Amino acid sequence: MKRVYAREEFCAGCKLCEVHCAVAHSEYPDDIIKAFLKQKVKPTPRVLVEENQPISFALQCRHCDDAPCTKACISGAMQKDPLTGVVINDESRCVGCWTCILVCPFGAVQRDAGGHKVASKCDLCSTNGGLPVCVQNCPNDALVFTDELWGR
Amino acid sequence: MTLSLSTPDFLIERNRDRCINCRVCVRQCANEAHIWDEEEQRVKSDDALCVDCQRCVTLCPTHALTIRKYPLEFRENANWSANAIKAIYKQAESGGILLTGMGNDQPYPIFWDHLLLNASQVTNPSIDPLREPMELKTFLGRKPEKLMMRDGKLVEDMPPQLELEVPIMFSAMSYGSISLNAIKSLAAAAEKTGIMYNTGEGGLHKDLYKYGKNTIVQVASGRFGVHPQYLEAGAAIEIKIGQGAKPGIGGHLPGEKVGLEVSQTRMIPEGTDAISPAPHHDIYSIEDLRQLIYSLKEATQYRKPVGVKIAAVHNIAAIASGIARAGADIIAIDGFRGGTGAAPLRTRDNVGLPIELALAAVDSRLREEGIRNQVSLVIGGSIRNSADIVKAIALGADAVYIGTAALISLGCHLCQKCNTGKCNWGIATQNPQLVKRLNPEIGAERAANLISAWEHEIKELLGGMGINAIESLRGNRLMLRGIGLSDRELSILGVMAAGE
Amino acid sequence: MLREGQVRIPSGCAISGIMNKRGEVFSGQDIIKSIALMHDRSNGLGGGFAAYGIYPDYPEHYAFHLYYEEQAAKEKTEQKLNSLFHVAESGKIPTRRVSSIRQAPLAWRYFVRPKPESLLEDESEDELVVRTVMHINSQIKGAFVVSSGQNMGAFKGVGFPEDMGEYFRLEEYKGNIWLAHGRFPTNTPGWWGGAHPFTLLDWSIVHNGEISSYGANKRYLEMFGYRLTMQTDTEAITYAFDLLLRKQNVPLDIAIATLAAPFWRDIERMDPERQKLFKTVRAVYGSLLLNGPFSIILGSNKGIVALNDRLKLRSLVAASQGDFLYVASEESAIREICPNPERVWAPRGGEPVIGLFEEGGNLV
Ligand code: SF4
Ligand code: SF4
Ligand code: SF4
Ligand code: SF4
Repeated sequence: MKRVYAREEFCAGCKLCEVHCAVAHSEYPDDIIKAFLKQKVKPTPRVLVEENQPISFALQCRHCDDAPCTKACISGAMQKDPLTGVVINDESRCVGCWTCILVCPFGAVQRDAGGHKVASKCDLCSTNGGLPVCVQNCPNDALVFTDELWGR
Repeated sequence: MTLSLSTPDFLIERNRDRCINCRVCVRQCANEAHIWDEEEQRVKSDDALCVDCQRCVTLCPTHALTIRKYPLEFRENANWSANAIKAIYKQAESGGILLTGMGNDQPYPIFWDHLLLNASQVTNPSIDPLREPMELKTFLGRKPEKLMMRDGKLVEDMPPQLELEVPIMFSAMSYGSISLNAIKSLAAAAEKTGIMYNTGEGGLHKDLYKYGKNTIVQVASGRFGVHPQYLEAGAAIEIKIGQGAKPGIGGHLPGEKVGLEVSQTRMIPEGTDAISPAPHHDIYSIEDLRQLIYSLKEATQYRKPVGVKIAAVHNIAAIASGIARAGADIIAIDGFRGGTGAAPLRTRDNVGLPIELALAAVDSRLREEGIRNQVSLVIGGSIRNSADIVKAIALGADAVYIGTAALISLGCHLCQKCNTGKCNWGIATQNPQLVKRLNPEIGAERAANLISAWEHEIKELLGGMGINAIESLRGNRLMLRGIGLSDRELSILGVMAAGE
Repeated sequence: MLREGQVRIPSGCAISGIMNKRGEVFSGQDIIKSIALMHDRSNGLGGGFAAYGIYPDYPEHYAFHLYYEEQAAKEKTEQKLNSLFHVAESGKIPTRRVSSIRQAPLAWRYFVRPKPESLLEDESEDELVVRTVMHINSQIKGAFVVSSGQNMGAFKGVGFPEDMGEYFRLEEYKGNIWLAHGRFPTNTPGWWGGAHPFTLLDWSIVHNGEISSYGANKRYLEMFGYRLTMQTDTEAITYAFDLLLRKQNVPLDIAIATLAAPFWRDIERMDPERQKLFKTVRAVYGSLLLNGPFSIILGSNKGIVALNDRLKLRSLVAASQGDFLYVASEESAIREICPNPERVWAPRGGEPVIGLFEEGGNLV
């Protein structure tokens, strides 16, 4: 399946990926200013830039083939789509027990800062059907969305 | 420390209605002009640190930023400009030479903008480059006066030539003055477009050997990174005598830019200053130059053209003629607007000649002496667009070098701070955190795009003149007319006035 | 008004050429008829002819055709000629009154042989003649050398070509090659020297077109000592042929590949050896490439070459009938004098039509 891979050597550490991810998953996905300034709680990004300069790279859910979070989920909210392979958290079923956060080997699942008690994670922007917004907005092509096993 | 009298050069304006406090600007400004105020939970800035490189402006996701000239005015004085006064404040504090990056920015005349090109009307047809072949292939190197043939066959081969698909090359920029990613971008763009890039005096990094056939390797006064394999690696060798931004001045790469890779490439200890002497200490006269030219030819079995790069200075025509007679195959002349990684400000702004006049004078002189074919002429020193190139070739150049324009294609915003090593665009820096910002894949594509765009434009202009091969433009000064020039300037340029 | 040489005057034109490959001579009547048919391609501001084999009595002598605008020029020129050459015969070139022809200069011709002592060290007779021509044209005011080759001559002036033919009584000459030119200059000071053909030694060129590479060609030729006083393309083309064929002994096909060079895309398709040859030709002689529209006919005592620019931006038609070879701007101009040629063709851009006398094979 297509995944987002980081190319550490070109990551400028700007965190624009985070900014745009947060917007895309906010109440105002088409208006960055409203998303940040009007929405009551600050939108949370589902991608996180890890950094220890000069090293930096963006990390988000790896959509593991054998995803531990789906197994650990007590409510069946965390599911891997059998067709696309995307691991998605059905927020209507998520009870916010955070077992997934505990088991994710990449630390890619977070608490939603929006107040409701759910786990928040990368959905590969699967609802917009195109390129994930982090990849789209990275100024330096430090993120790629590809089938290949990048860098392995 | 006493009070500094320096005031900011730029004003950072942040539109608070738009700023989302994302801190992208904070992370991107290597000058630390944007600051995150933890207490206020918002971004603020220090104008005094800003150099107007526009990195933050370009990356700000909400277009909240504008950089302006700082509005503070000194009392009006036609003689004492703000720059003149501020320079004195700086020197009064530092006691040092003023340093700067990039080329001469003073308002001297730009002769390209006083030259107009011709086009065909009625008496001969213009040519549509989309329908007819339009040929820009260019050979650089010594051409024999005549072709020796026997029984329909060549008796001897041409002397070695550089073959360019477009008469443009990336000028010398060393590893050290610019980042490896910048060089990789240019090298790959050169390969893609069939032109050359030039190593400058910084040696050849191991990753760049694969671009050999698109490489001109430079031999400069510091002889950094020069060894047999290096000489063999390129398609041509260039002896650097001078550069337009600092004629008569050597180079100085401060030790902090000499990291492990630079040190290995330049073959000097890590962390030491790399000092290129002002002259080559084995070249104090033209005979000495001849010796070096032939040493390099010997070393490479006469298989590569050897060029000499000089800055345009007052006696340029005679100097160029001497260099041609000393055996150079290519002469590169760098005008006073040529860029640099670091130069004394006063030298940059006051020494040298406009490349247009230097080129015209040299081409005329070499033709008068009947030796124009012995040597190819490459000029640089602020070629800004394809029309400048067409004008340069009509004045007599074989090809042009572009340096500043190439860097601009990679993102340079001409902030002139290359000497600080804090280039926010990852170009004129060795700081790994900044170098990362220039992805050479993107860089190569942008630089190659620029070359192809200019290639198309040159073809359009040629077609308009009814010419379908670049060689018919070379030295064809009838295709030029001068506007707003004195008789003396017209005669040096060898062009008629507009309307004549 | 500035005259030709002081200013560059673009023009359109008609050209025509006839040769008998066996060297048999025929009168100038046909060429006059042929060029007259293309009357509308000229505008009465220039016409002329070159004829070969017309002076069988003086085959070894250089025939100098001169125009004088004033008596003083004639005296100075004759002084110069007498000092360098033995003049075997001289006299006025016969003309007849033609109503449309006005302000004709005095036309004079001399049959001369170089004095051996006139030759500089290593100088050939041809070079002496070239030097003399350059001297007269640039140094003697009011004098102009119209032609200077052996057993040939040029006749030209301001007027329609057919009137010029009548004026110079060309039907009374018999030659084995005739070239003609009718000119349509965009403006002209009406100077007879500025009309075509342009000649040097026994080269003569008639040319239709305006080459955009003129400035590049000119400055290259100047490096080899040519002085381009006329500022015409024809002059530049003549000198280019002279440089390549006479001075540098370049084979004819290479000279042609220089002036109308094959495109790089065609060179890339050649076998490696030819590829290298043509690459070298273009790299070395790029500045001689003629760019822009042209069709030319080059005449010499060995034969003719007709050539189009490589894009074929100007018309050129060729035909053959028996021993005769015809080339002209328009097919009608050939059919006017040879209604049913055996073969008629339109040569492709850059592809020469070469006609050589049967006995004397090579143009160089
Ligand atoms: S947007 Fe790209 S360059 Fe910026 S932090 Fe994210 S991955 Fe790195
Ligand atoms: S990058 Fe723009 S929006 Fe983000 S903090 Fe800076 S000014 Fe504000
Ligand atoms: S120096 Fe550059 S990045 Fe820093 S504030 Fe100024 S313009 Fe922005
Ligand atoms: S290379 Fe970098 S430091 Fe130098 S002028 Fe350009 S942007 Fe500024």
